[in-house]
Amino acid sequence: MEGVIDGAFADPVMQSQSVFRALMDALANPGTMRKLPVPRAIGTSMIPELVSTLLTLSDHDTSIWLDEVLRSEPANVQFASFHTGAPMVAEPGRAAFAFVHSAEAMPPLDQFNPGTQDYPDRSTTIVLAVPSLSGGPALSLRGPGMKDEVHISPSGLPGDFVGQWEINRALFPRGVDLLLVADGHVMGLPRTTRIAEGQ
Amino acid sequence: MTALPQYNFAYLDEQTKRMIRRAILKAIAIPGYQVPFSSREMPMPYGWGTGGVQVTASIIGPDDVLKVIDQGADDTTNAVSIRAFFAKVAQVQTTTHTAEASIIQTRHRIPEKPLTEGQVLVYQVPIPEPLRFLEPRETETRKMHALEEYGLMHVKLYEDIARHGRIATTYAYPVKVEGRYVMDPSPTPKFDNPKMHMSPALQLFGAGREHRIYAVPPYTEVVSLDFEDHPFEIQHFAEPCALCGATEVYLDEVILDDRGGHMFVCSDTDNCEERRQAGHVGSLGTGREAAE
Repeated sequence: MEGVIDGAFADPVMQSQSVFRALMDALANPGTMRKLPVPRAIGTSMIPELVSTLLTLSDHDTSIWLDEVLRSEPANVQFASFHTGAPMVAEPGRAAFAFVHSAEAMPPLDQFNPGTQDYPDRSTTIVLAVPSLSGGPALSLRGPGMKDEVHISPSGLPGDFVGQWEINRALFPRGVDLLLVADGHVMGLPRTTRIAEGQ
Repeated sequence: MTALPQYNFAYLDEQTKRMIRRAILKAIAIPGYQVPFSSREMPMPYGWGTGGVQVTASIIGPDDVLKVIDQGADDTTNAVSIRAFFAKVAQVQTTTHTAEASIIQTRHRIPEKPLTEGQVLVYQVPIPEPLRFLEPRETETRKMHALEEYGLMHVKLYEDIARHGRIATTYAYPVKVEGRYVMDPSPTPKFDNPKMHMSPALQLFGAGREHRIYAVPPYTEVVSLDFEDHPFEIQHFAEPCALCGATEVYLDEVILDDRGGHMFVCSDTDNCEERRQAGHVGSLGTGREAAE
């Protein structure tokens, strides 16, 4: 019988390396889609893309936050604790990594930890699962990592996302970083990215 | 016969890699900001590139092709041993050709051949804090970065001008990244500073002894500090490379005898070899046919 123990990477060393490279390339080239290798994710209701980033980035040194819906299922909490050993926190503002299964479960960006002016790296990285990385309203991006303007259209972003992001962007060097995951791919939006609506 | 126990892929344990990977992601998100990380003991002394090696070990995968240079050369001790290290612990393919490499670890040079999208340049950094020689206290330099208080750095450059009539800093020349953080480009000659600006490659910096990682994402503004009346300029060489005749490249002076004889040759050995292969000959060089 297969259980929670089989739910992680079959080859943790090599797979977490390729997942990390996808995340690194995604954040270094905002708006581009990178292929995200995923584990079987047995024993949890989290989608494989969320599990993939969870297993690659978190361990006993990082506090993690699961959204209310994910956290209400004991299987998810057990899965995350068993495979990562990461301490689970109840407030998004204390999390190094936040895992959110849909925009409805996403608190406003200012509820997360933006870090401090002295240590802006001590901020939350949010991993948000969206229905698709395309097919949504058009957004245009500018900033480091992009030669020219980049156009994206992820669907299922939180309402007033552009407005919230503008406030986040203005906090620089503080601020949160966002990874959008869907369909075996990841897209990175670091805090340096300027987002505008439309083409 | 039982198999001998082996090191983990790329030497570092997985927990260490995760910790370094998290630091790299934050470094990319905050260009030029030095992210503290828990540097490990490596099987080489501090000062031999332990920071760069840890960054490379955390990002490298079996499909990567690694090039390592030390002052532009592929064939010096530091470069040869780090290349051999990764060939052994990560079984990766290595190369000396800039264009073939997916990861280039460097000690104090940027290759002459323009880097391309998808390449990663990993710098070995001895002292990551550009303000360290002006202010020894970490608490103070951290506050200066937090408040964007970089007046002291301009005073230092001004003192150069007052004393020498020009900015005399020739290496580790401070840069401002994306209009925010002042960053030490590691002790590369200032000749290489313009190559960092809007580079298509991702640039990662690792300082092992000082426990810092920082980054410049692709296509990011990197501006060398200067004054309106004393603009930043790079070194110029009076003569071309003696072996391949290249101009507009960084040259090393090589002493030939004890009577003052010397020659200038390319610091980037791969670039020099490729030029000689293509038939370029300098004043002391021999043609391709003659060499064979």
